[in-house]
Amino acid sequence: MIEIEHVTKRYGNRVIVDDLSLTVQAGAFCVLLGLSGCGKSTTLRMINRLVPIDAGRIRVAGQDTAGLPVEALRRRIGYAIQSTGLFPHWTVEDNIATVPRLLKWPPQRVRARVGELLELLRLEPASYRGKYPDQLSGGEQQRVGVARALAADPELLLMDEPFAAVDPITRAALQEEIRNIHRATGKTIIFVTHDIEEALRLATVIAIMHRGRIVQLGTPLDIVERPADDFVIELLGQQAIGLKLLSVRKIADRMRAGEVADGEALRFDAPLRDALAAMALRGADRLPVGDSDGRIVGAITLADLIR
Amino acid sequence: MRRGDWLASPVLWVGTFFAALLIGMPALRPLFVLAFPEARPPVYDRDSFVALFLSHAGLVAAASLVSMVVGVALAVFVTRPAGRDFRALVNTLATVGQTFPPAAVLALAVPAVGFGPRPTVIALFLYGLLPIFENAVAGLEGVPAEIREAAEGMGLSAWQRLRDIELPLAAPVILAGIRVSVTIGIGTATIGSTVGALTLGTPIFDGLAVNKLPFILQGAVLIALFAILTDMLFARLEHRLRRRVR
Repeated sequence: MIEIEHVTKRYGNRVIVDDLSLTVQAGAFCVLLGLSGCGKSTTLRMINRLVPIDAGRIRVAGQDTAGLPVEALRRRIGYAIQSTGLFPHWTVEDNIATVPRLLKWPPQRVRARVGELLELLRLEPASYRGKYPDQLSGGEQQRVGVARALAADPELLLMDEPFAAVDPITRAALQEEIRNIHRATGKTIIFVTHDIEEALRLATVIAIMHRGRIVQLGTPLDIVERPADDFVIELLGQQAIGLKLLSVRKIADRMRAGEVADGEALRFDAPLRDALAAMALRGADRLPVGDSDGRIVGAITLADLIR
Repeated sequence: MRRGDWLASPVLWVGTFFAALLIGMPALRPLFVLAFPEARPPVYDRDSFVALFLSHAGLVAAASLVSMVVGVALAVFVTRPAGRDFRALVNTLATVGQTFPPAAVLALAVPAVGFGPRPTVIALFLYGLLPIFENAVAGLEGVPAEIREAAEGMGLSAWQRLRDIELPLAAPVILAGIRVSVTIGIGTATIGSTVGALTLGTPIFDGLAVNKLPFILQGAVLIALFAILTDMLFARLEHRLRRRVR
């Protein structure tokens, strides 16, 4: 659990983070969402003390970070950034092994862990271990950056717009992977982005920041259904809010269980947006819904989407 | 590198030619007799050219080593948070060291430390400091901010960041500074002969004093080859470093 209590950061007269409090439960995927300059990155960087705190307190797993040796604290917290910050003179293996080696893991354990992480991020260990960062594509570099952040099995992962610089297709694949990693490991993740779609797709909880404060805190559904103020509405994209609703609500919530329809089945855990897209594409207003094994469990109609 | 590449490299040929001249200069005696019939002796013979070269190289190596250690240490210091305020001051001092003519440094150093190799080492050290210092600062500051941030964020200590990340990444730029400094030093060490240091410049100044053109020629050609060869070796080293650091 991460507890941020009344934290303030100023640069000269400018208040960047203004008396901010936020508690992130263990295992949560918390997205800090906001425009550039809203203080979201600064907040993230105060957690691993890259930015000193002017006032307030941050606790990680109950311990006040100010009281911990700074290097020991950082080695407990994974950190991935947009530009990856991979060390260009080190191989992929050396890059990923950075923190385990700092923690003096035995070499066999480091080597095994690097292989495990490369596989987790779908990079063939045999061919990627010895490569240098400049031999990798942007997406591969970002994967290595994530693997490096995960290397020492940290209790908390901080990610600062990690996928902002890669192309949309790679970004979607990386988002899917980080979501799977979050599900599989149950790690607490704090993730900074300015991309509302990314936030809705990944977060279990979103903190929307504006001018150094949190203006709304809630699940993706809460935020789209009940935006707290005009700023949040604007951030969600005014008229497009309706479409965002379809992105965060699941087919399972609206389907008619036990009914049948013709055509290829939609998955019950997909967002309603997928159902709308499939209806538009197939020219159908009624489609079957299946479970994760492909068994038909019901049907959904166009009218159900807007009910 | 394949063996064939090495054979085709100019470094090998320049090196061989230089070594042959150093050792075999007396054997060229008939040539110099032919070209300069009135010169006696036609080849400088008070010291062997090998001895002159070793002494010359030793002076430059000693001075460059000190310039390197001091230059890099100062650059590290002024690029740390604690030393940032001293940056302008150190830069000014190093620039003064460079603009001060080595001949003047020699003249000032002799009364303090006496004749011999010592004033030459001092002059070379001061003269060679600025290129190394400036390049080391540029190299250290050229390490991208995101790489520093990643290193710090992962929990590398300040010393680990310097040793494992910043210095290796700055190494090619630092080496370029050392290359300039050493190459200039080889030429400048020549004047050390005027205050009693033994260098390849000794035949030149002897030749000037007694108007013997062949001595001047012998010294000058060897110094030029020495400088060119050193520069080539550094270029090779720099190339290898850059390939590794990318």
